[in-house]
Amino acid sequence: MIRLDQLTKVYGHGANAVTVLDKLDFAVDSGEIFAVVGPSGAGKSTLAQCINLLERPTSGSVVVNGEDLSSLPEKRLREARRRIGTVFQSASLFSRRTAAGNIAMPLEYLGVEPREIKARVGELLERVGLAHRANHYPFQLSGGQRQRVGIARALALRPSVLLSDEATSGLDPDTTRSVVSLLRELRDDLDLAVVFITHEMDTVLQVADSVARLEHGRIIESGRVVDLLTDHDSALGRALQPHLTPAVPEEGARLWEVTYDSHDVPHDWLQRISQELGEPASLLAATIQTINGVGTGRATVGLRSGSPALVQDAFARLGLRAEPGTLAGTGGHDTVRNDTAREDAPAPLEHAQ
Amino acid sequence: MNLPLATAVIVPRAGDTALADLPGLLVPAYGETLTMVGIVMAIVVLAGTPLGVALHNMAPGGLFENRAVYAVLSWVVNIGRSLPFLILMAAIVPFTRFVTGTNIGIPAAVVPMSLAGIPFFARLVENCLRDVPRTVTQAARASGASPLQIIRTAQLGEAVPAIIGGLTINTIAMIEYSAIAGTIGAGGIGYVAVTYGYQRFDQTVMLATIVILILTVALVQLLGDRLVRFTTPALRLHR
Repeated sequence: MIRLDQLTKVYGHGANAVTVLDKLDFAVDSGEIFAVVGPSGAGKSTLAQCINLLERPTSGSVVVNGEDLSSLPEKRLREARRRIGTVFQSASLFSRRTAAGNIAMPLEYLGVEPREIKARVGELLERVGLAHRANHYPFQLSGGQRQRVGIARALALRPSVLLSDEATSGLDPDTTRSVVSLLRELRDDLDLAVVFITHEMDTVLQVADSVARLEHGRIIESGRVVDLLTDHDSALGRALQPHLTPAVPEEGARLWEVTYDSHDVPHDWLQRISQELGEPASLLAATIQTINGVGTGRATVGLRSGSPALVQDAFARLGLRAEPGTLAGTGGHDTVRNDTAREDAPAPLEHAQ
Repeated sequence: MNLPLATAVIVPRAGDTALADLPGLLVPAYGETLTMVGIVMAIVVLAGTPLGVALHNMAPGGLFENRAVYAVLSWVVNIGRSLPFLILMAAIVPFTRFVTGTNIGIPAAVVPMSLAGIPFFARLVENCLRDVPRTVTQAARASGASPLQIIRTAQLGEAVPAIIGGLTINTIAMIEYSAIAGTIGAGGIGYVAVTYGYQRFDQTVMLATIVILILTVALVQLLGDRLVRFTTPALRLHR
């Protein structure tokens, strides 16, 4: 597992000092994927560099399996880095080395026997499904395949912590999905603690067990993805939901914003509400999905009658929470832009709003 | 007649070296040029590469960031680069004599040529290393590489084609310098061109040296381009 204790990074001195990371605290257990999201300038890249020990924190510590790594002297720091595998954005492969050659790098740095390297590299290529691409150069691989090579390279030294630094940024949605499912598979098989840094909200939903929102160097909200999605008051939970524009309700109907607020909402809640209130409920917008095995959702429902208290009660009995809504829409990435770009397009820009 | 343009300007005259005598004059001179350039380039690569690596890594963002040392190093390199070669050669005659014990011939030419070539190459190497994506160096560091391993694999390893390109440019510049060095009696094609072609108005020799120099530069460029192709997977494997 990896734990951050009051991690602080300050650049510059005196009057010019800029606090990029401000007393960050979080812990990621083995077998857990923890996402950190935030707009550009929030401190995500600095956080990544502190976690994989490329930068030394100004104060606070990075603790891996109980050992404080960030205060080690330089030479031991280099050894400590081997305990944390890092997957970078796709431009991090050695262009003059084949897929196998790239994966072998960490082993070569360590001075592992060539025969052993060959065996381990073969194993890793197999693991990420690229055994048939061993002798291809990065320019001959697709974006997704390049990221698989990056993942295999990060795993070469059997780290217990995997850091993904914008590893899916700039990949197309399908490729992102396949990279993400590989990460989840590896997390389960190797019992990795994964820190997944990204600005893409969509990807967080696909990959993460927990998520933290970083803004101006502080974690302003964090929690399990499922909890955030079912929490009405969570801005992060709202930001994780896709933005929906509801259909126009019938004349005289009142809009209700409905959120799953419980893990055991019946699938047929809409019918049950209709029965209970004695009128057809019209569904105007909805997203319902399973996140980590728990059904979560958000919907806009149009109801003609019923006193507000009665309606809210009826929903509450089914484990849903309802609040008077507006036509402005539900959820939505109101603060973090949710963009996916084609593979050949430049990486999506992050928006701070 | 369909003659090259050069013959319109340079017309062989009576009293010029006979064609049959040209090889006897030019072959040894060419050998001297190759020797001179060869020795100089060996020195330039051996000294210029570490200097370029040092420049790159002392600069802000480098592995051993040190602004003060970088400023000094950069200043020294700039001095080496700012003097016209003819002036540099004349200015360091005492130093050349101190190092080689003479101020004529090939040894005397190697010293100023190296002094001009090393900073030139160092800057080229620095530029090549700067073009290596930062994430590649980061990936090496994150993989537990030592500074030397980072320099060898991530920096120099990735920049090999670019450095070969720089080497080509540098070699051609040194061929040019060797001709200038000819004026201090260093021998070589340049010396022949100056003494026969320029001072004695021997147009045949002049023309012959020009052709030889053009062909040599073209060959070096061709070789350099081939090597760049060979060391860049994307160029080598693309059909």
